[in-house]
Amino acid sequence: MALTGIQIYKLLPGSSKNPEVKKHANCKECGFPTCLAFAMKLGQKQAELSQCPYVEEESKAQLEASAAPPIRLITLSADGRKLEVGNETVLFRHEKTFYHQPGIFVRVKDTQADAADVAKAVGEYVVDYVGMDLTLDGIAVEAAGGDFAATVAAVKAACPFPLIFLTEDPATADAGLKAAEGIRPLVWAATPDNWEAMAKVAKAADAPLAVRVDGGSLDELAALAEKVREAGVEDIVLDPGARDYSSNLSVFTQLRRLALKQNERKVGYPLIAFAGDDPVLAGQQIAKYGGFVVLDSFSPATAYALLVMRANIFTDPQKPIQVQPGIYEINDPKPGDPLMVTTNFSITYFAVANELESSGLPAWLMVADAEGMSVLTAWAAGKFDAERIAKGVNTMNVADKISHQRLIIPGHVAVLMGELEEELPGWEINVGPREAVDLPNYLKTQWG
Amino acid sequence: MPAIEIPKDKWNGKVREITLGATSADGGSRTKTVTIGGETTLPFLHFEGDIPHPPVIAVEIQDRAPDDWSPVLLEAWGDVVNDVAAWAKAAEEAGADLIVLKFSLHDGLNGDYARKTVRQVLEATGLPLIVFGPGQAEIDNDILVPVAEEGKGERLVLGVCEDKNYRTIVAAALAHGHLVDARCPMDVNLSKQLNILISDMGMPMERIVMDPTTGALGYGIEYGYSVMERLRLAALQGDSMTQQPMLVTPGEEAWRTKEARAGDGIPEAWGEWAERAVNWEILTASTLLESGADIVVLRHPESIKRVRTMIEALMEKV
Repeated sequence: MALTGIQIYKLLPGSSKNPEVKKHANCKECGFPTCLAFAMKLGQKQAELSQCPYVEEESKAQLEASAAPPIRLITLSADGRKLEVGNETVLFRHEKTFYHQPGIFVRVKDTQADAADVAKAVGEYVVDYVGMDLTLDGIAVEAAGGDFAATVAAVKAACPFPLIFLTEDPATADAGLKAAEGIRPLVWAATPDNWEAMAKVAKAADAPLAVRVDGGSLDELAALAEKVREAGVEDIVLDPGARDYSSNLSVFTQLRRLALKQNERKVGYPLIAFAGDDPVLAGQQIAKYGGFVVLDSFSPATAYALLVMRANIFTDPQKPIQVQPGIYEINDPKPGDPLMVTTNFSITYFAVANELESSGLPAWLMVADAEGMSVLTAWAAGKFDAERIAKGVNTMNVADKISHQRLIIPGHVAVLMGELEEELPGWEINVGPREAVDLPNYLKTQWG
Repeated sequence: MPAIEIPKDKWNGKVREITLGATSADGGSRTKTVTIGGETTLPFLHFEGDIPHPPVIAVEIQDRAPDDWSPVLLEAWGDVVNDVAAWAKAAEEAGADLIVLKFSLHDGLNGDYARKTVRQVLEATGLPLIVFGPGQAEIDNDILVPVAEEGKGERLVLGVCEDKNYRTIVAAALAHGHLVDARCPMDVNLSKQLNILISDMGMPMERIVMDPTTGALGYGIEYGYSVMERLRLAALQGDSMTQQPMLVTPGEEAWRTKEARAGDGIPEAWGEWAERAVNWEILTASTLLESGADIVVLRHPESIKRVRTMIEALMEKV
């Protein structure tokens, strides 16, 4: 049963009777100001016990049982990077945030001549989205009757990402794990028929193991996960075998609720989902509780859409995405085209950029650093004032790109006009519309 | 080991059932009506409650050939975009449940023209009809009043009603037996408030469709997504003023983005144009369906098919 913050506090150094431990009370090494603050965070499952180096052994045992996150954190690693999945704390992103983006994997088969080429393309794929480099996460290598170990070795050499092994044969999995020495793949899957041998292989290589029950009940899935855990594999991933939209959504929702709301440890693990070639199904699995999502093929047009969707859903609602301040070119502008300014709140930027782009009118859009606030909010908070806008004009090399000295400001901050003319001698300040939607019409009628 | 119980939430609330369109039996001329709402659980969780009606697909057509649509879209529809009646028919054939007739802003736009255009569409298709003005208060009011008269008895949906401009449209809908679309900018409380204002004018709640607005994939969809999840949770928890079915416009939003519009001068990593553009629309729509949309307004014929497949699969009881 989960302990409350106060119950946890009684087990931390701050409450210890042992002077050797007590002297570390409120040492702040955990990153929190006091033992009590740390205890509260542990109680809310927003901190890890390992952050406290001084907790006593006997307390540790008690705390670990209760402080373990309701969905176990699973780490896959490879030469180039690692992937962490799990540790989620909410059902809906607005309740707090989703923490670990599901890993998106592309399937290759060991009978496929171009497996390494696909792996290479996946590994090299990177796409820019509002200044972030988005990438896929790995390759799922399927044993389909070819030389599995050789394919694993070739894929590993071609792509620096983590791997998933798709095989139910323990000997094949073992050969793959040996070929992948030095990295930490996920093995899929242990079933009611092969679990003992699979657990042995996974344990020996310290690899996470997925357990799969087809069309089975949650009871059977939980029972199988328990058996595998008792056999010594702690890093477990669940596959309830639900492949169609409807059962996938229902079963994943049930498992997430069981783990979070009922603290059901037997199913407190990340989930693996298979989307085939359907981006819509993959989208559902990303939004609704998948931990690993396996696609059957790689296409940039699908990867881009899914990666953006994932970035959106996993954006922390309390920290909206900011756009990098700077001068943005819209529709290939020339030096004489209009210059306008807005803030770096992503939604504000998108509203303005979108209207301009769809109008086809060329323009220079200066995004000022307003600490990620919208125009009116930033103005009210003093983050979007004449000084900041002038600083933007003076530091963003405006003169190198633009041949005129006219600046359009949002209608909501018309009040800044006089002050801006003082801050920017020689400049003409124009007051634009209040709403982005009116910009194209404004430019057509007022700019010339 | 004790059996694991399937975790079901107990909801007290229910989304209102709303019927769009009227057949001759009810004083209209539609060949079918469309009923939405009635859910007693979150989207598609059949194990927990009732989802008596599937979400529906409305297809947007415009009164004349759009001058700002992506070539990918125009190519997909072909010549019909030059003839509103032909376009309405084509949209029905492409699998629409509803037609959205959106008026664009141009010099010829006035009450008589709007009246005539709506008549043409009503005669070309038997589907229930949603009519949107171009989104400028004065013009919307000028054309939607005659549209309401012309469509008397058809149970049209008129829109959009916003907090700054709803009275005239609501009055016209009240007078002629229509429904309204109540649009707010991605905010739970504003949505509630507008529903209250409209119902205070005497509009029955069974004739208000809630339109929480959304952003496209990559352009703020997470705000719309979470606002819709919160509205639906509030509805299920029994908050009466949030229990309206929701309409969103993923087609319009997705096709405004550079990802859908631009074929040249874009990064290679964006992939093939038409595939990307349709992906943008269907992923925007499907994400919003997962968060509670009852009507999605789409633009591309391929998107209609793909979203239909998704809805049908999600309506399978498991």
